[in-house]
Formats: sequence, structure tokens, C-alpha cells
Amino acid sequence: MNLFAEAIAWLLDPLNWQGSGSIAERVGEHLAYTAIAVLVAIIIAVPLGWWIGHTGQGKEIVVGITGAARALPSFGLIFLFVMLVGVGARVPAAVVVLMLLAIPPLLAGAYAGFEVIDRRTIDAARAMGMTEWQILWKVEVPLGLPLLFGGLRSAVLQVVATAVLIAYIGLGGLGYDIVQGIALRRYDQMLGSALLIIALALLLDAIFALLERYSVPRGVRAGRDTDVRTTPTGRRATADNPATT
Amino acid sequence: MTWVVNNLELILQLTLQHIRLSLLPIILGFVIALPLGWVAYRYRLTRGLVLTLVGLLYTIPSLALFVVLPPLLGIGFLSEANVLIALTIYAVAIMARSVADALASVDPDIRQAATAMGYSSWGRFWTVDVPLAGPVLLAGLRVVAVSTVSLLTVGIVVGVQSLGYLFTNGYQRGILASVLTGVVMTVLVALLFDRVLAMIGGRLMPWTRASAQNTAAPTSEAAA
Repeated sequence: MNLFAEAIAWLLDPLNWQGSGSIAERVGEHLAYTAIAVLVAIIIAVPLGWWIGHTGQGKEIVVGITGAARALPSFGLIFLFVMLVGVGARVPAAVVVLMLLAIPPLLAGAYAGFEVIDRRTIDAARAMGMTEWQILWKVEVPLGLPLLFGGLRSAVLQVVATAVLIAYIGLGGLGYDIVQGIALRRYDQMLGSALLIIALALLLDAIFALLERYSVPRGVRAGRDTDVRTTPTGRRATADNPATT
Repeated sequence: MTWVVNNLELILQLTLQHIRLSLLPIILGFVIALPLGWVAYRYRLTRGLVLTLVGLLYTIPSLALFVVLPPLLGIGFLSEANVLIALTIYAVAIMARSVADALASVDPDIRQAATAMGYSSWGRFWTVDVPLAGPVLLAGLRVVAVSTVSLLTVGIVVGVQSLGYLFTNGYQRGILASVLTGVVMTVLVALLFDRVLAMIGGRLMPWTRASAQNTAAPTSEAAA
């Protein structure tokens, strides 16, 4: 436990919060890389996922991309991209890799959000005379929002975790102090920054979990049943499994 | 290409090492997650507790976990145990949720029928619940296998040899072929695990193959 005390002492040492390379600056860099990568990924993945979900065309693309992305080692991709574009362009290379990691969960979230909507809801909207554009914005997008935010949450966590590794190509972020700590054999610094990274990841997870929860439209929340999984016996009527057959 | 030919032995050795190190976390993750997932599935109170806990564990970035585990457990920072325990934690984190979902996917009527036929809850769990939950369990295990293989590469930063060596060493020496080979081989090992698990699943659950064929036929007819 002594090591943890030293790590906390390192974190609280005012000297480590001053000048260039301070802890605050590392946190800022880390969040900046994360934000840029996720924003670019949103611009690409969300419209595509919505389009696939709305039209029902190209579902295989989503399944294929999310499956294949899991097998790709992000650590290796960082090195690969930097070597391909040259060390001078390593900042954009790192952002591109982080963005690529954020795309699959966002795409899956955007698509799945539309996919789980009861088809009768959309038929009803169409029967009421809504245009396709209105169905998209007034029915599908609000109903799909919780799953989209779920995807956003996974994307952010994935990117925050991987941004730790960009220190290996000489970039900043919170991984920098760990990499430097390993080289200098300074365990207090390594452990201190590791604890900070964990705290940051948990904080972001909590924020996006709240976003996910409060994005459920009011009408859906009011009519929601208890979770089937917590009631092992007793059957619930669903669209695929009506109670009266 | 010449780099690959000249270093074939190193690539092969690292690939075998990678497969060896991936096996333990995948197997251990499954074994630990089974009772944990059951507890999450069975009781409303523990469900929230277990799933929140594994969710939080999964949130921890791998490099940070490699640094935090040694002082917590009293193991060496540069030891294989460090990386294997970290990967097992991730495997459990993914798998426990899959087990809970898999058990919930079993039709409650079947469970009641088994109980009515005189199965003890222990006997029913192994002979009715687990086989019927099999397809979802298998899907979870395949995710675990693929992500374990991919995450293991990060272990090189704490000195554990795997295909990740081709990344760091290749980058330091400026050999693009080395990094590229590392990425390709990691994906191939992940695909290998995925295929093998799917095959084992097909063997253990012959009914899933039969039903896949049965349902495939009518839909193709309907389309025509």
C-alpha cells in the first residue's frame, strides 16, 4: 500500500501541476485527442448508421465492420499509421486511428437504435401522413437515441483507453507519464498517472451512462415494463411472442 | 517481403507464444464468469451489483491495469502473471454479462417443465439451462477470444513477449514490414480462435447446425 501512498503524493505534488508537461496539460491533451477523434467519427458513422437503419439496406456492412474491428490490434495500428504517413504527421495519424476505433460502436448504435423500433410504430407514423423525413426526425431518431448514446459511450471509452498508447509514438496524453515512468523506473509517477487514467475513464463512463439513461423519450419511459431478465418465471407478451396465441 | 522471409522463425515463434498466452485468459475467463453470470441472472439484487462491477472493470484501460495490478497483488511488474491476470479480468468482464444474457434467453416454460419433471436445480442448470443457453454463451466467448488476442499485444510494454514485439521493435528500427506482419498475424490468430470456437460449438450443439439449415431453406424459398 506504500506505493499507493507515494502515487497519491506524486499526484498531489504542486510541482507536477506546473509548467509544460504538467498533469493538467496531459489531461487536456488526452481529452482533446478523444474529443476530436469521437467528433469526426460521429460525423461519419451516425448518418451512415441512420441511413442503413432507415432503409434497411446494407445491414451486413454494420455486422461485418463491428466484427472485423474487434480483431484489429489498435496498438499495432497506431505504429502502422505513423510509419505510413511519416513521423512528421503523427498527430493526424493518431487521430485517424482513434477515429477508426470509434466508428464501429457508433455505427452499430445508430443502426441498432432504428432496428429495434417496432415496425408498427413506423407504419403508424406513415399512416398518419408523415413524410419520410418527418418519420426519420420525429420518430426514429428520438426512439433510437438511447442505443446511439450507448454506442457513443463505448466509443468514448475505447478511445480514452487507446489514447493512453499514443505516448509510444512520442505524443502526449496521460500515457506519457506512464511511458516515461517505465523508462525512468519511477513507480510513483506510473501508478499516479494510471490511477488518474482510471478515474478519468470511470468519470466519462458515468457521464455517458447518465446521458444514455436520460435520452429515453418520456413516452417510452412511462410505458416501460419491468426487465424480462429479472423475472425468470412468467412470460411477457412481446411483438414476436403475443400472449394470446 | 524479404523481411518476412528472413524472419520467418521469429514470426512463427511469436505467433505460437501469442496463442499460448491467449489460451489461459480465455479459458479462465469463461470458468470464472459462469458462476458470476449465474448470480447476476438469478437475483435482482446481485444482478445490478455484478454487472456494474464488471462494467467498471472493463472501463479500465489496459496499460493502467498493468501498472495498478502488481502493487495490489504483489506480483512482478514485468511478469507474465501480470498480463495474464489483467486479460482474465477483461475476459470475465465481457463474459459475465454474456452468461447472464444467455441464461435469460432460455425459455422460462422449458425451465418450468424441467423442474416439473423432477430435475434438481443443479441438474437442471447443467443439463437444461447451459445447453439451451449455449448459442449465446458461444457468441460471448468468441468476442472474449478475439478481444483477448488483440489486447495481448499491449503486454509487450511490460516486457511480455507476443506478436506485440513486432510493433514496438519494428517501430523503433523503422521496419514497416515488421509492424504490418504483427497486425496481420494478430488478426489471423484472432480469426483462428474464432473459427475453432465456432467449430467446437457446432460439435457440442449439433441442433444449432440443424436448425440453421432448416430455417435457411424456407426463407430462400420465400425470397424466390
